[in-house]
Amino acid sequence: MKILVCITHVPDTTSKISFSDNNTKLNSAGVQFIIGPYDDYALARAIELKEQSGGSVTVLNVGEADTEPTIRKALAIGADEAIRINSFPKDSFFVAQQIAAVAKEGGYDLILMGRESIDFNGGMVHGMVGELLGMPSVSPVMKLDIEGNTARLAREIEGGKEYLELNLPFVAGCQEPIAEWKIPNMRGIMTARTKNWTYGSRWRPRPRPSCSATTCHRPRGGENDR
Amino acid sequence: MSVLVFIESADGAIKKSSLEAISFAAAMGQGDVTAIYLGQLESAELQKAGNFGATKVLHVNDERLNKGIIQAYASVLAQALEQSGAKTLVLAKSALGDPVAARVAIKTGASFVSNVTALPDTTSGFKVTRSIYTGKAFATEEMKGDIKILAVKKNAVDLKETGGSAQVEAFSPQLSDSDFGVTITKTEKQEGEVLLPEADIVVSGGRGMKGPENWGMLEELAGELGAATGCSKPVSDIGWRPHHEHVGQTGVKVSPTLYIAVGISGAIQHLAGVNSSKVIVVINKDPEAPFFKAADYGIVGDAFEVVPKLTEAIRAAK
Ligand SMILES: Cc1cc2nc3c(=O)[nH]c(=O)nc-3n(C[C@H](O)[C@H](O)[C@H](O)COP(=O)(O)OP(=O)(O)OC[C@H]3O[C@@H](n4cnc5c(N)ncnc54)[C@H](O)[C@@H]3O)c2cc1C
Repeated sequence: MKILVCITHVPDTTSKISFSDNNTKLNSAGVQFIIGPYDDYALARAIELKEQSGGSVTVLNVGEADTEPTIRKALAIGADEAIRINSFPKDSFFVAQQIAAVAKEGGYDLILMGRESIDFNGGMVHGMVGELLGMPSVSPVMKLDIEGNTARLAREIEGGKEYLELNLPFVAGCQEPIAEWKIPNMRGIMTARTKNWTYGSRWRPRPRPSCSATTCHRPRGGENDR
Repeated sequence: MSVLVFIESADGAIKKSSLEAISFAAAMGQGDVTAIYLGQLESAELQKAGNFGATKVLHVNDERLNKGIIQAYASVLAQALEQSGAKTLVLAKSALGDPVAARVAIKTGASFVSNVTALPDTTSGFKVTRSIYTGKAFATEEMKGDIKILAVKKNAVDLKETGGSAQVEAFSPQLSDSDFGVTITKTEKQEGEVLLPEADIVVSGGRGMKGPENWGMLEELAGELGAATGCSKPVSDIGWRPHHEHVGQTGVKVSPTLYIAVGISGAIQHLAGVNSSKVIVVINKDPEAPFFKAADYGIVGDAFEVVPKLTEAIRAAK
């Protein structure tokens, strides 16, 4: 089974968020970047599935060169190869188009990612990728088992959960407790260096309406952490 | 011009967050508001959408849509947008709404913004404000394009009753087998419980509660207040409480009017899920607990003494 796991490169959950450049850019001074926590669950489950039934795990990130340490960590955790689309992830639609283009070319059986990124919290990339590829998309997925061509999932709903069945291929937005976060070990860190990387240039989408001119601000009275 | 609002129900009634979405759409002042409901529901219930500003409710009375099948829902909404000529789709942010709207955005070429926290500013262009970094900041952006989709966060606007009643009309979209590629085999859901993301008051417990056997106390307090119960991440990780009650950065983000945190230390990841609450009350025996910094009211004391007294006092005040 060929699994594609899409990861975001986001500020650590303990980061204090502030902005620079006239409130248009994240002030990244002193900010530690991590694999998005939800993406990290997706990656952990992908590696478990591969360990159970063979296949490969490819991680994909749409981002500029500064995301490489985050991708390297995903390789150290156990992904087999990495693809970085060298472009600033300007909005959800742009990212979804890049992922869909990679997925089409690679013929993956399963496309996993987090239910949402923790920077812009859009929660829409999985649905967009599913629609672009004409595949089902399910989110938020908290349990995922695969037998042959059939997947059995649990999806969180408000006040409970829902169990579903569907055939591969599909797209899933993941969350806990789908798997436990994995920590890279020494061997993983060493072998990560020799794993295969592909650099994609961005796939140029047709011009399309989107959102622009973002200005950001902190909450009112943003002195404390609220 | 008109605005379409996707509404959902729980326990046979339109969800409060969906009513808020209708109020939001009406307050936008971009024309008539038409709501759309998918699945079976009493017409009398659907007419209530009128009391919040909808003039019409499109009802897709199809048994297959009683459960939220993401692809089928997206197909229906895309067709409703096209056939009604509405240029804006408004919905309440929810576990189902966002994944559905993402697909609608691709189908219709719409721009889509989620976590919207205030009415759009349409004085020049169409500017929306949304929360980002899990409530740690806000972004204002210009939405372009002909069709726009807004997923609204709870408490972005006040519910406004207009006294109106909506006219319910059948809507029959074309659905194909490929819309039903996903089969829902079982649903586990607590009936009649206040839903956490919908709740106006949330009573949440952390590791300080010591064990699942002590939750009765919190449930009693929640019962008195008509509140939903929540918990911190370790509490659901150890299995003291079900996962859908987990509040925070990696769990449910709530924005109730009142959030009561009992025996929760207030780690930044927990705060990220509650920072848009209007009033926060913290009960913790450690005066140094970080949560007090984010609290509007704090009670330093042992939960096992404070909570029963609080419940008693609320009962007495009623
Ligand atoms: C990537 C990441 C994501 C995370 N996401 C989340 C998340 O979404 N949500 C979340 O909650 N956490 C999250 N966490 C975990 C978070 O960092 C904290 O570990 C967690 O919130 C602590 O839970 P707690 O407050 O229940 O427990 P503790 O930190 O153990 O706090 C227990 C508190 O109870 C108090 N207490 C003890 N006994 C009593 C008593 N008798 N009466 C009153 N008070 C008492 C103590 O003083 C203490 O303050 C995340 C962590 C990471 C790394």
